[in-house]
Amino acid sequence: MTPVIQARALTKTYGELVAVDGIDFEVAPGESFGLLGPNGAGKSTSMRMIGAVSQRTSGELTVLGLDPDTHGPEIRSRLGVVPQEDNLDTELTVRDNLIVYGRYFGIPRPVCAARATELLDFAELADKAKVKVDELSGGMKRRLTIARALINEPAVLMLDEPTTGLDPQARHVLWDRLFRLKERGTTLVVTTHYMDEAEQLCDRLVVVDHGRIMAEGSPADLIRTYSTREVLELRFGSTRNAQMAVELADLVDRHEVLPDRVLLYADDGEAVLARVRDRGLDPTTSLVRRSSLEDVFLRLTGRSLIE
Amino acid sequence: MSVDPARTATDELSYRDEALAAAVRPRRFGAWYVAEHRLRSMRAYGGTIVIGGIGQPLLYLLGIGLGLAAFLDQPIASGAHGPVSYLWFVAPALMASATITVALDEFTYAVLEGFKWRRLFWAMNASPVSPQQIATGMVIAVIGRMAFVAVAYGVLVVLFGATGSVLGALVTPFVAILGGLAFGLPLLAYSASIKNETGQFAVVQRFIFTPLFLFSGTFYPLATLPIWLQPIGWVSPLWHAAEVGRTLSYGSPPGAWPVWAHLLVLLVMAAVGWAVGRRIFVARLR
Ligand SMILES: Nc1ncnc2c1ncn2[C@@H]1O[C@H](COP(=O)(O)OP(=O)(O)OP(=O)(O)O)[C@@H](O)[C@H]1O
Ligand SMILES: [Mg+2]
Repeated sequence: MTPVIQARALTKTYGELVAVDGIDFEVAPGESFGLLGPNGAGKSTSMRMIGAVSQRTSGELTVLGLDPDTHGPEIRSRLGVVPQEDNLDTELTVRDNLIVYGRYFGIPRPVCAARATELLDFAELADKAKVKVDELSGGMKRRLTIARALINEPAVLMLDEPTTGLDPQARHVLWDRLFRLKERGTTLVVTTHYMDEAEQLCDRLVVVDHGRIMAEGSPADLIRTYSTREVLELRFGSTRNAQMAVELADLVDRHEVLPDRVLLYADDGEAVLARVRDRGLDPTTSLVRRSSLEDVFLRLTGRSLIE
Repeated sequence: MSVDPARTATDELSYRDEALAAAVRPRRFGAWYVAEHRLRSMRAYGGTIVIGGIGQPLLYLLGIGLGLAAFLDQPIASGAHGPVSYLWFVAPALMASATITVALDEFTYAVLEGFKWRRLFWAMNASPVSPQQIATGMVIAVIGRMAFVAVAYGVLVVLFGATGSVLGALVTPFVAILGGLAFGLPLLAYSASIKNETGQFAVVQRFIFTPLFLFSGTFYPLATLPIWLQPIGWVSPLWHAAEVGRTLSYGSPPGAWPVWAHLLVLLVMAAVGWAVGRRIFVARLR
């Protein structure tokens, strides 16, 4: 199947600053593709270039088989965009936000109205239809923004940090909605700096840092390639962590020292913990967990995703 | 759900062909969709627009026609056929000042809301419409509001007998709208260039709008002012629009600027503002 998005050596500079530094990727129809990276990695900049609202500095980019430089309106008419910052019309009602937005795509008013009704159901906002957007909670606004992005039945839904700033419960409601879209085969492009979000939503993702792609694969592949099955987390108190790490380094192939804890990478975390105890060392707390994308990121960049 | 909210991978139609077809209408009508949205937002203060649009001329025409004009025993202005009543003299200027007030209202805070406070332009920007269409749509909506105000004024002017020519009164609203745009489009360009609002609009109101209103020969002929103050009138859309309106109402006295010269000034101001404003919209949104 021909990809819906194709980027080759895609680059964007702002003066001296290289925001996106020659990235390559493809997104296949029906795929759920993620860009995972910390603040300033160039995720939003990439999304804006794909969304045909920001011109690339160099490289090649094809979206839906078209060049954003020459066919911006064509590309935008088939995308659904959920921006990082909400930009709903807070003075209109929930329902009117959908209808007004549908008009921008040249959709006749009655069709907008019918779709608005369905999308309000989908976003679980039907009972809020006549309420002004101002009165919605953060999670509801985000769901409305997603509903708005679906008003043109887009070929690709682009979500820039869909759950940043939401509380855990609101995030789960949102993930559930996105999961449904994914099941229906909607092509999703998601950026996030939450590893759990990337693991939940993405079939395949690229890890970006400083505008460059550090690794690519499915969440499971990335963890398998760049980390061990399990991680043992030990806390000895912030003053002793670094010293303890040196003493324990020989127990595992790889370890990391974070300000508040020591991470020991091993396929069997419990076994390593037993050997730590054998040495008479007694951490304040210990935890064995499965490796996550956070560990992949730490391995690739030496830094945490969320600073 | 009966309608699939998004396309699925199994769809056969080529994405490319679909995109080419979907953009046809927005490419053609995008500006009208923006105007439609803007007019819908104006409904929130529709009461103010209607009451202001009818109430203001009513008050002015009554106040001046019954009050001020009665004080003046001698006519202060003349038309092609000699002295004219004070009401005839001020009516075209009041109409133009009403459309300029609309411009002051609509091309300031609404533009900042779009770019900054509510980021509405960024939402439009992600849709098929272009930055140029967003700018055009804003202007279309404002012309709509100006047309309402100017026509309401025109009707009351005729009812009050505040014109020397009913035929002229039919054309004057168009001139008032042009005057409103000659003031408004440069203002639109300026507002679009503002990244941080720190009271610039209050400055525009006090140091541009108010002097223009007072020194544009609105309440007395511009020539009454000392010559060193008259240039304010020459660069004032209000004066040019008022003068054309006066000519339409009772003809111009000897020595007046020709109508085409007034219209040219208005057109140039509007065109320059428009060209610059569109560029700023594109620069900010792309
Ligand atoms: N319009 C702009 N002008 C100048 N620099 C910009 C502009 N937009 C982004 N940048 C810079 O480009 C870099 C990448 O920014 P971008 O917003 O793409 O990062 P991001 O990965 O989305 O980060 P975040 O997680 O904080 O949203 C940053 O250093 C940012 O300051
Ligand atoms: Mg971002």
